Amino acid sequence: MVELTSSDFFLAAFGGILIGISAILMLYFIGRIAGICGITFSLLDSNEINKPWRWVFLLGLILGPLLVHQIYKLPIPDAPTDNIPLLILAGLITGFGTKLSNGCTSGHGVCGIARFSSRSLVATITFMLFGFVSVYALKHLVGL
Amino acid sequence: MKTLFSYLIILLAGLLFGIGLAISGMNDTHVVQGFLDVFGQWDSRLVFVMLAALIVTILTFPLILKRQRPIFDLSFHLPKFNQIDKKLVIGSSMFGIGWGLVGYCPGPAIASISYGYWQTAVFIVSMLIGAFICNKTTS
Repeated sequence: MVELTSSDFFLAAFGGILIGISAILMLYFIGRIAGICGITFSLLDSNEINKPWRWVFLLGLILGPLLVHQIYKLPIPDAPTDNIPLLILAGLITGFGTKLSNGCTSGHGVCGIARFSSRSLVATITFMLFGFVSVYALKHLVGL
Repeated sequence: MKTLFSYLIILLAGLLFGIGLAISGMNDTHVVQGFLDVFGQWDSRLVFVMLAALIVTILTFPLILKRQRPIFDLSFHLPKFNQIDKKLVIGSSMFGIGWGLVGYCPGPAIASISYGYWQTAVFIVSMLIGAFICNKTTS
């Protein structure tokens, strides 16, 4: 186990609450699911490009961390792996897979489960399990 | 005026989502891989993030969905399809593998753009290409 301080736990729970409030705002005011894949990948769809609200949400998503790291002097996370083939492979299957299953951690994991959607529950359990398997294979079998 | 106000709400929602990811450590691929590494140095933070978010949404979504419509639209835009099919299971499995390999899911990848790492850019471009290929090859 990684040793964590009480402030780590507090920030994790507080961050989760903010994500939940974001999902409430989206559903209550504009009737949409705060699913990042849905919002982002619809921009690739020519019928959806003229919907500026998606860009506005993504702008907030990008500016939020910028602000919070500046204001609270929160340390910037370390860079992800610099293994280029791994980054490309992971990106490709994440994009393909979340498009195919219509959602990721936010859409299925946070919003879908709260709507008691059985599809979202199955999706969340599946990507968690395969996430465990993937990291096990990567760290303990391949040793990357 | 109504449109302006709705855009402000959407911007606020995006900001809160991004701030939530940043302060909870979820933009750090090593924290996320630490959570997925159940046989190694397990990092439990993601559990707290997800549970906290879920408590908030589970308590409020049923109340919101009892309404006839959202404030700024004529109806709710919810997925109508509710069958558990092969696409759902295969897609989520692929996503889970990709998630583990780098430690990014789509939200944190986009929320990490301002950190300026080239790795994030490579991941996001590949992810968009993956979604585009899926769009073109499956109906």
